[in-house]
Amino acid sequence: MVTYELSDTDVDRIFQALADATRRDIVSRTLTDELSVTALAGRYDMSFAAVQKHVAVLERATLVVKRRRGREQMVQANPEAVRRAARLLDAYEKIWHDRAERIGDLLSDTTKGTEQ
Amino acid sequence: MTVISTNKDVDNLTFTIVAEFDAGPEAVWQVWENPRLLERWRGPPTWPATFEKLEFAPGGDARYYMSGPDGEKARGWWKIVSMDAPRRFAFDDGFAGDDGKPLDPDDTTRCEVTLAEDGNVTRMTSVTTFRSAEQLEQMVEMGMEEGTIGAMGQIDAVLADVRVGS
Repeated sequence: MVTYELSDTDVDRIFQALADATRRDIVSRTLTDELSVTALAGRYDMSFAAVQKHVAVLERATLVVKRRRGREQMVQANPEAVRRAARLLDAYEKIWHDRAERIGDLLSDTTKGTEQ
Repeated sequence: MTVISTNKDVDNLTFTIVAEFDAGPEAVWQVWENPRLLERWRGPPTWPATFEKLEFAPGGDARYYMSGPDGEKARGWWKIVSMDAPRRFAFDDGFAGDDGKPLDPDDTTRCEVTLAEDGNVTRMTSVTTFRSAEQLEQMVEMGMEEGTIGAMGQIDAVLADVRVGS
C-alpha cells in the first residue's frame, strides 16, 4: 500500500481550497511573488475581508504561508502542497492507463481465440 | 489500444480517459459484462479483482473483492444506475466491509462509460466523479500496487504502445 505524508483531512482541505477560482488565482499569483493581502485585495472585485478569508482557507490547507512584514500580511504559495494535489490525480491516471492496456490485450486475445 | 486523452479536473474532482480499441462495441461491452473477462483487467496483477456477483442490468448489484499479495481482501460493490447496451452505462462504486455489505451507501464514486463506434475501432470514454479527495486517495491506494512492483513488463508495453495526449 502506498502511504502519503498527508492525512485524509489534509488532502480534503487542499482540494476544497483549490475548488474556487479566486483561491486558485491567489495561489498562482503568489507562486512567483510574495504579495500582501492589500495588494491581492486590489486585484479582485471583493472586500479586503473577503480576500482575507480566502487566504485563510488556503493557509489552513497549507497551500500558502503568511507572514507579517511591518503592518502588512505577506502571502506566498507553497509549491510542494500544490504538487501533492496534482500527484494524486496523476496516480489515478496511471491506474486507468494500465486498465486500458489490459483491456486492449484482452480484446486481442479474444479475437485470436475466435480465429482458431 | 491507444489512449487518446486523459483529463484531470481538480475543480470538479473528475477524471476522464478516452481510449480506442481495435474491436467492435459489442466486444468492448463484453469486457464489462462478463465477470470472468472483467476480472482480467479491472485490478492490477498484484491486486486481482474477483466478482462474486455481477448483475449487469439497470438497477443491478455487483459484489467484488481485490486480493492483495499478503492475502488481504479489499471489498467493494457496484450499483448499476443506468444502461443502454452496448453504448453506455453508469454505476456507483463503493467500499464494502468483510461481510460484503456497503460500508456507507452514500460514499460512492460515479463511473460513466460510453462506447462509440468509429470505423474499425471503438472509442471508450470513462468519466469518474469523486465526492471528496479522501475518496480519491483511497481509490489510488487500492490500485497503486502495480506502479511499484507489479508488472514492470506491462509498463514497458504501455510506454511502447500508448500515445499520450491528443
